[in-house]
Amino acid sequence: MKEHARGCSKDPRAWASLRAPLGGASPDVAPCPGSVTRRDFVAVAAAVTATAVLATLPASAAQTAPAPLIDTNVSLGRWPFRRSPLEETTALVDKLSSHGVTQAWAGSFDAIFHKDLSDVNRRLAQECRLRGRGLLIPFGAVNPGLPGWEEDLRRCHTEHRMRGIRLFPNYHGYGLDTPAFANLLKLAAASNLVVQIACGLEDQRTQSPRLQFPPVDVSPLSQWLGRSTAPRVQLLNAFRALRGKPVLDLAAHGARFEIATLEGVEGVSKLLAQIPADRLCFGSHAPFFYFESAELKLRESVLTATQWEAVRAGNARRLLSSA
Amino acid sequence: MIWDLHVHLSGVEGATPSERLGRMISIADRLGIDRLCVYLGMAFTQDPSPDIMRQDNDQVLAAIRSFPDRAFGFAHLNPRHVEASLAEIERCVANGPMVGIKLWVARRCSDEAIDPIIRRAAELKAVIYQHTWFNATGNLPGESTPGDLAQLAARHPSTPIICGHTGGDWELGLRAVRHLKTVYSDLAGSEPVSGYTEMAVRELGAERVLYGSDVGGRSFASQLAKVLGADIPERAKKLILGENLKRLMTPILQAKGIKP
Repeated sequence: MKEHARGCSKDPRAWASLRAPLGGASPDVAPCPGSVTRRDFVAVAAAVTATAVLATLPASAAQTAPAPLIDTNVSLGRWPFRRSPLEETTALVDKLSSHGVTQAWAGSFDAIFHKDLSDVNRRLAQECRLRGRGLLIPFGAVNPGLPGWEEDLRRCHTEHRMRGIRLFPNYHGYGLDTPAFANLLKLAAASNLVVQIACGLEDQRTQSPRLQFPPVDVSPLSQWLGRSTAPRVQLLNAFRALRGKPVLDLAAHGARFEIATLEGVEGVSKLLAQIPADRLCFGSHAPFFYFESAELKLRESVLTATQWEAVRAGNARRLLSSA
Repeated sequence: MIWDLHVHLSGVEGATPSERLGRMISIADRLGIDRLCVYLGMAFTQDPSPDIMRQDNDQVLAAIRSFPDRAFGFAHLNPRHVEASLAEIERCVANGPMVGIKLWVARRCSDEAIDPIIRRAAELKAVIYQHTWFNATGNLPGESTPGDLAQLAARHPSTPIICGHTGGDWELGLRAVRHLKTVYSDLAGSEPVSGYTEMAVRELGAERVLYGSDVGGRSFASQLAKVLGADIPERAKKLILGENLKRLMTPILQAKGIKP
């Protein structure tokens, strides 16, 4: 039986529950496009706090337990080139919580330029533990170009009990065709760690002309992913530079993606029509990006209930639970 | 009320301009967007000949004709062909339903050759949209920066002009135009980097900031997030999402007898 597009319901209560994602709770059904007025949306969009939105819901809808939402792409700390109101961990966690995020995979902006990654990772783990309110999962950084990087990997795994690591090849200055990178993948797989590769953090056009970091060339990755010793790999912020066939090839080799830099109208549904359903996760790139961008992308596309759940949380949960 | 300043006939399926705009409107409906300003044709030409310019504008005219209560058209002009551009203003704006002009990347707007186009558009109270970028990897030869736009605005001090994309690198773009009270900031077409809208409101005032998306290359979602996710007052969000553009457009809408 063909699955219905995500919840096409005429029930106004169903639409009320759909409205909630901007504020926190979750829908299990969505409106028919024709049954939702633009005014409905604006009324909700203007009320950006969870409290305000939930207050407008019928009791039965407001009491519905929130569906999980796993953000696989957030960062803690201070972006080197701009201050952000959400650079304090508590402010970021407040923001994520108010939008219904139930788990967030967190890296550290300090990892971009600091050489003492051991200390960066220690502080990341501590910050997640002390201020993450059970929501933040730390992903430490490893730079295979640094002396003794294997010890950083070991500490991520055994001391901090991390479930994954986050790599910054363009900031750290190595290619995905280097032996050190291949060795890192092998060791990460042996430790059952998820490997996130940040393909970039900022649009190159808006970077300082004196400090340019072009997107990571991920074309060598397929050769590693096909091997039995390969870890599970997720590409972050991949879609600035990566489109078309390379995306399909990497997805076919098992790479996962997230939606922070996925652009174009109905980008999520268009991509899901081309790649296996388990390859795409929710990711906001907050606080560098406004969190609402990723959230609204799920509304812009018409998704089946299965796709909706998989992108919001299911794919990330399976990716992590198998690690 | 949400009015989208910046929409193209790309990124959606459809054999005709009307089919594409209809598809775009159905997606906009999901996000609560009331009106769409449409410009350029179904294919993008950076330095269009007069024939291509007319073809682009014919496609937009065909599209907006099917959705008169949802879409506005801006005429695509090329300042490298001033006489042809003036003729397009007469055809599409003075004697047609379009309400604005779009200037893209064919010639930098600091060049005084563009002035007759600006003067005629101002006489008609047409909305004037000029693309700008500060691109760290290099601008196109004819691509304006907000610095170019500041020169243009200084030559036409009583004419409202929209600084398209606010230069992309908005921290530079806002600095370049903040002293020019008739220049508006277009939020469209760059990444949804947090802090953008807060700085725009701080430096220009909420009355000079306009929501736009640049779909179909961008998503409505990422661009709406710049406003909905910003740490600014609710009143400012309403101005940016639609009230400012409506105010800017009201003189020409009234002149044409178009109900806002």
